[in-house]
Amino acid sequence: MSELEVYLDNGSTTKTDSEAFEKMKPYFTEKYGNPASLHKEGKEAKKAINKSKRIIADTLNADKKEIIFTSGGTESDNLALKGIAFENKEKGKHIITTKIEHDAVLKSAKWLEEQGFKITYLDVDEEGFVDQEQLKREITDETILVSIIHGNNEIGTIQSLKELSEITHEHSKNAYFHTDACQSYTKTNLDVKEQNLDLVSINSHKIHGPKGVGALYIKKGTEIHPWQHGGGHEKGMRSGTLNTHGVVGFAEAAKNNYENKEKNIEKMTSLRDKLIEEILKIEKTKLNGPKGSKRLPNNINICFNNIEGEALSGYLNRKGIYASTGSACSSLDLEPSHVLTAIGLTKQEANSCLRITLSKYNTKEEINYVLKELPDVVKRLRDMSPL
Amino acid sequence: MDKEYSEETIDRFQDPEYSGEIENADAVGKAGNPSCGDVLKVFLKIEDNVIKKARFKTYGCIAAIASSDELCEMLEGKTVEEARKITGKDISQELGELPPVKYHCSVLGTEALKDALDNYKEE
Repeated sequence: MSELEVYLDNGSTTKTDSEAFEKMKPYFTEKYGNPASLHKEGKEAKKAINKSKRIIADTLNADKKEIIFTSGGTESDNLALKGIAFENKEKGKHIITTKIEHDAVLKSAKWLEEQGFKITYLDVDEEGFVDQEQLKREITDETILVSIIHGNNEIGTIQSLKELSEITHEHSKNAYFHTDACQSYTKTNLDVKEQNLDLVSINSHKIHGPKGVGALYIKKGTEIHPWQHGGGHEKGMRSGTLNTHGVVGFAEAAKNNYENKEKNIEKMTSLRDKLIEEILKIEKTKLNGPKGSKRLPNNINICFNNIEGEALSGYLNRKGIYASTGSACSSLDLEPSHVLTAIGLTKQEANSCLRITLSKYNTKEEINYVLKELPDVVKRLRDMSPL
Repeated sequence: MDKEYSEETIDRFQDPEYSGEIENADAVGKAGNPSCGDVLKVFLKIEDNVIKKARFKTYGCIAAIASSDELCEMLEGKTVEEARKITGKDISQELGELPPVKYHCSVLGTEALKDALDNYKEE
């Protein structure tokens, strides 16, 4: 067995903070009331939901009433796109998004296309930055929504939200601006007022909270149609009994990681930059995405020529190093990552990439272990390759 | 990532016994395309119509590497005619069944083999 176990797949999910886990516990067996109930048990749960909402709102510089809890990032993205589309279709049926969105946005957009909406998918440059001139050219008063991912989940590119939302609001009187901030939340600046955002999707399990809970910020006055119907919870915007323990855990993780944001960013950035610098010393390697402050502090994505990504992560797995890949072989549809091809990689290059995503829990020792093992694994697979 | 793979597949992938090249091989065959994520090359040493030695070089995923290794083990000791009868299904079965989405990786092995044996006949 391997000497160490190093979890480097925090872009997929993270370890729940123990403080968050502790806060959740009473809501399973003691304070288990339905927050929608009027009796004492219900009120107690409702109080916890409200407190959590205030915490989350504060981390975004939003108002408590502008936060809707959901089951996670995917649901938030779906509600944002479909809810805005169906409520505003009389004003226009045009939506703009990008070629590097998470599937939750991309496949919602594709579905809306089938429902008669017109979707424009913006190009990005080789570092993954959205083409702002193209946005200016494509946007009209027919455009009802612009949805752009904040920090990219694969290549870490952080978009200039303020500039993009300004273009959106300046060039269309009907367009709302939504961002999928699941990866960037608590890892870079996110401020709904300063960045002039109308909708923001965030989730809990990417920031050391429990799985199965997320939120959508909806700016006051935004016209949006509910997408999940039922008992009228969350002021009719999202029916379904709230996951009280999940919400409480989410809020605790958000508070903890928001308060320690600068410290965590500094730590992850230093480990990230060391990994990038050292891995690029291995021959025939290339970094995907930008360097520096416009890259998520925890994201590394490297292309290793002549090595297939799933095989690489498979050998690393054996060494106790857990990372992920964008290769076709690792996906169910056998297509390489749409993000990697959008920044100009060939299919073969896109099949040869490894994604490493750090968390505040990673240590220098772990990174040194990875840097010790990785070159051997790369050599072994290259020796095996006929290319 | 290995949740869909059998233990046999993972073992083969992690410790392939037959990876390598044969110098002066009697037959060499190739299949696949790097843009699809798999390229498989097989090298055979054939004496008196019997495959004495089989080796592979593969660029590909866990299933592709495991299939290549399994194929080489199956080949050694077989006659050329017996070798031709090996199907993707046979390889997959020996590996404790590949996940359906990866079944093509075993077929790729038989394609490289067919290419090798066709080349051999021509000589």
